[in-house]
Amino acid sequence: MRHLWLTAQADISESLRSRWFLVYSTVFGGIIALLFAFGLTESRIMGFVGLSRLLITYIQLSMAILPIFILITTVRSVAGDRDAGVFEYLLSLPVSLSAWFWGKMVGRFSVVFLPIFLAMAGAILWGLIQGMEIPWRLFFYYTAFLFSLSWCFLGIGMLLSTLARSPDVAQGSAFLLWLFLLLFLDLILLGVLIQEQAPLEAIVAIALSNPLQLFRTASMLLFDPQLVLLGPSAHLILDTFGETLYLLWAIFYPLLLGTVSGAIGYLLFRRGDQL
Amino acid sequence: MILLEGVTKTFKRTTVLDELSLEIDTGDRIALIGANGAGKTTLIRCLLGEYQFEGNITLNGANPRSERKQVLSQIGFVPQLPPPLKMPVEQLLSFSAGVCGCSSHEMEAVAAQLGLELAPLAKRPFEKLSGGQKQKLLIAIALGRPTHLLIMDEPAANLDPEARHTLFSILEQRQDETAMIISSHRLDEVAALVNRVIELDRGQVVLDDRVDDSVALSSLLTCTLTTSRIEPAFSTTIRSWGFHTEEDEQQWSGTIPGPDRLRFLGMLSRYAALLCKVTIEETR
Repeated sequence: MRHLWLTAQADISESLRSRWFLVYSTVFGGIIALLFAFGLTESRIMGFVGLSRLLITYIQLSMAILPIFILITTVRSVAGDRDAGVFEYLLSLPVSLSAWFWGKMVGRFSVVFLPIFLAMAGAILWGLIQGMEIPWRLFFYYTAFLFSLSWCFLGIGMLLSTLARSPDVAQGSAFLLWLFLLLFLDLILLGVLIQEQAPLEAIVAIALSNPLQLFRTASMLLFDPQLVLLGPSAHLILDTFGETLYLLWAIFYPLLLGTVSGAIGYLLFRRGDQL
Repeated sequence: MILLEGVTKTFKRTTVLDELSLEIDTGDRIALIGANGAGKTTLIRCLLGEYQFEGNITLNGANPRSERKQVLSQIGFVPQLPPPLKMPVEQLLSFSAGVCGCSSHEMEAVAAQLGLELAPLAKRPFEKLSGGQKQKLLIAIALGRPTHLLIMDEPAANLDPEARHTLFSILEQRQDETAMIISSHRLDEVAALVNRVIELDRGQVVLDDRVDDSVALSSLLTCTLTTSRIEPAFSTTIRSWGFHTEEDEQQWSGTIPGPDRLRFLGMLSRYAALLCKVTIEETR
């Protein structure tokens, strides 16, 4: 366990000095700052105003950029480190492969989750100082969604980094995967599938297994329980599952998917060449 | 101590190590030489358990793949190219000492012996150090803990003469309880450090020979040189060996680590036409 924490600390230290982390933190911190600067807390949508309005916009923007950001930065830096000889040296030290792999994943998770969480928490703190009404329910659910989504795409990123032997291939695969998941959102392929009268079970299965779709639907569900904004697949899922079950699924399924992807990545990493 | 039996490593259809068998004992100081692509790096990575391979490798009976921690805790490794680590020097030391289960004090002591003062560099990212500083720190991490096998890839390449001498002295202290594998593509770079030469070609051992090791690793040679004229290129080169001149840049004197004598003479041979007088004397 000690080696795991040492590896996690080393990875955090490496990441904090990387350019990607600077850009990553600036983007998410910048989004919150811009949302405040453009007076989003003063505007109203579907009855939402103040911090609720800001959080809703933040979460929608996060869905658009967080997965691709995590995928690309993870595969680039992990595959890049392997390519540049960082793995060759650090793995020559007597650290176990499990401590190394999971330590890297825990360290990486801290640096991808904390900036998005701190940006959101900063907005809440600012709201408290300004005496705004704090939407605690939204805040806690969105924290859980972001936690779950970050872990999910980090696990997938670690798997891709293990599979791909070069940073370019890893980056290309990450982009293709993200594009594939993006296509199976309710407004794109799922809508078409419903129009074409594809089997109901297939549509539901696709929607429930796509972490992007889950995140999108669950985050909207919190401020739009009738899902007026969403396409037909979301209605279908809600009729079948109901709100609570769906929200729980949206939190726990991506966590599981990230863990399973990470575990497969670890098994492949341990079994094959580490360099 | 180290046993390699029928080690074969294949990348797709290319066989890089081909049924390689070797036995390495404590006290062996091996120059692992060979052209690019001969299999030196692959062999080192197999020893470090970083590659999967066919055949068998054991270090004191333990397998580097299945008993990774046990094996690697006995190996000190210095790569040829320092890794581009962004972590600060103090964290690299504490990480290395932490996973090796030892204190970083000994590593710091070796660094100090090599002339690397760590206190002002503690917060600096490793990748921002100079080539020589990186090399010294990696050597300090490898030598600052108890090991039974040292694997070094051109370890003295970026070191100044004084640090080279210190390194050779430390290696001499370790030679009875440690085996060393020093990888290089040029034998003359490492010849005086070793007592055995193994040459690889296309993944096979083509030469495995014992060599004379009468040169003490810690010996020093005093040298004086006189040149027929002032030559700026020679002045720059000889200064990089730590030599000094009185005033005219034609009379030079300095000391050379014993194991570097061949390398030094090789350098002098490039300026043979310039040299009027050369004296070399072993002082200890």
